[in-house]
Amino acid sequence: MNAFELTLSGSPELPKSNEGDPVFSEPWQAEAFAMTVRLHEKGVFSWSEWAEALSHELYKPGRRADASDYFDCWVAALSRLVTELSITSREQLDDLTESWHRAAEATPHGKPILLENDPKR
Amino acid sequence: MTPENDMHDHDHDHDHDNHFSEMQARVKALETVLTQKGLIDPAAIDAIVETYETKIGPRNGARVVAKAWSEPDFADWLRRDATAAIASLGYTGRQGEHMRAVFNTPETHNLVVCTLCSCYPWSVLGLPPVWYKAPPYRSRAVIDPRGVLDEFGVALPEGQKIRVWDSTAELRYIVIPQRPAGTEGLDQDALADLVTRDSMIGTGLAKPAGEAL
Repeated sequence: MNAFELTLSGSPELPKSNEGDPVFSEPWQAEAFAMTVRLHEKGVFSWSEWAEALSHELYKPGRRADASDYFDCWVAALSRLVTELSITSREQLDDLTESWHRAAEATPHGKPILLENDPKR
Repeated sequence: MTPENDMHDHDHDHDHDNHFSEMQARVKALETVLTQKGLIDPAAIDAIVETYETKIGPRNGARVVAKAWSEPDFADWLRRDATAAIASLGYTGRQGEHMRAVFNTPETHNLVVCTLCSCYPWSVLGLPPVWYKAPPYRSRAVIDPRGVLDEFGVALPEGQKIRVWDSTAELRYIVIPQRPAGTEGLDQDALADLVTRDSMIGTGLAKPAGEAL
């Protein structure tokens, strides 16, 4: 199995089409999925580590009944895993998240949103 | 010939046109830190996304087009109030997202641009192509739409005008391509198979009859 197939099989409840392809409703979901495949491929974490991190988020109480927060859980699992592996810290991720929010607000329509557009950077 | 550019001149009305949802910002944060650490390459991520972008999501837009081709009343409704006509099929966008349908005719071909991935009707068209978000696409589509279409392998008849529509956070477009010749006997399911994602952005045409996906 390649990394893509492993990510599919190691990700419980992943929404899939009839053909077995993952189904995304927004691009950030596809990006989060693609980053996970890539980190897998690079051996940053094993598929069992991933499956465990994702399950942990999926089975937390307070999930939406319609499972529309599936990829929110995905991103939470990926964030946790990379902080546990000391690739980054929770603080750094939170800072960057705020920075991207400010960058988006500061970017006029029609221009690409770049991190350096954050006025506080 | 000079393309007619129908750019919206109201950028200044929307200081907060750009807004990231919490999840968009978090994913960008992860991408930034992982790129800085050399663990991922944004181009490789795009390449993975690209492998399934055309297969993803409900083919809602294609069904909208097939219905418009088959039912003149629906086509009229779509022309007048695309948001309501599309919602009547159960395909609803996000709050405040308005749709406008622009119809290709023998005289006019329509093309939609926007560099921002937030300005794209996901719920109708599925995932956007990676090039749609690229700055060169928007600038070149405005300056030289015929050249851009040429690169996509679309040669329009001499004399067919090109209108370029700039998607905004409030208003998104779906191009209704011209119905291919020789498709009179096809039902809406068969017609929908001829409608590509690119034809609904205007960078492609509907497939000829007999060349379903």
